[in-house]
Amino acid sequence: VLVADGEFVARLRAGDQSAFAAMVREWSPVMLRVARAHVRSSASAEDVVQEAWIGVIRGLSGFEGRSQLRTWVFRILVNVSRRRGRLEAPKQAELEGPTVDPDRFRPASDPEYPRHWRDESAPVAWGPELALMAGEARAALAAGLLELSECQRAVVELRDVHDLRSEEVCELLDLTPGNQRLLLHRGRARLRTILERTIQ
Amino acid sequence: MTPGDTFEDTACQDVVELITDYLGATLSAEQTAAIEAHLDECDGCKAYLDQVRATIGLLASMPSEALSDQTFATLMRAFKEQR
Repeated sequence: VLVADGEFVARLRAGDQSAFAAMVREWSPVMLRVARAHVRSSASAEDVVQEAWIGVIRGLSGFEGRSQLRTWVFRILVNVSRRRGRLEAPKQAELEGPTVDPDRFRPASDPEYPRHWRDESAPVAWGPELALMAGEARAALAAGLLELSECQRAVVELRDVHDLRSEEVCELLDLTPGNQRLLLHRGRARLRTILERTIQ
Repeated sequence: MTPGDTFEDTACQDVVELITDYLGATLSAEQTAAIEAHLDECDGCKAYLDQVRATIGLLASMPSEALSDQTFATLMRAFKEQR
């Protein structure tokens, strides 16, 4: 993992090509993911990321280190992304309703265990099946991600594939904390359901 | 939801909607305690939580896109020229 501290910034400023290459390799995958949420196509996203890095190269001598290097780079990326594309707002349907089929639970009127799992439809531990079917599971997950909306997929991938914090994702995708949380929660739940169908 | 102290008081249907907050540690201490008390007794919810964790684990191992060699070379050239 790249340590983008003051010494690293000094190396960049001194024209250290290996430092610049390491930074571009490390941060471009997540930048491509962010750009794609704004401009939709992979080709345009690559253009946006390239333009952002050119902006970074030009701005390096003026970078005063008031913010973290990565924060500064991502801010340039968001500015280019906003200029070149438009974010899709989350749809209402992605933000409400239950994430698990209500038929899997006993009714609220159940005298014993209201709204608890029905015996026959409670989730069953995946156990070794998951490891045995890792290839199929990964393929199902990749297909499932494509079924999500642009906005929801971007949130799930930035959080769970790229391991970004929720605050960063809100800023990069212009989301409220509440909507970010709902998109992630509902996206994960949907992917879990897809895996459950694949594995069982 | 109003989680209770025992398995019966906290409905599974509410637990599944709090899983992301539980994993993100954003629930109140009371809610966390109620969820954990429920999980101790509920195999279904325990399996559900493990499955969400497994889903996140698999996502973390998904490949991500990289810049094309051509774009990378363009950027390296631009960096060299600027310095």
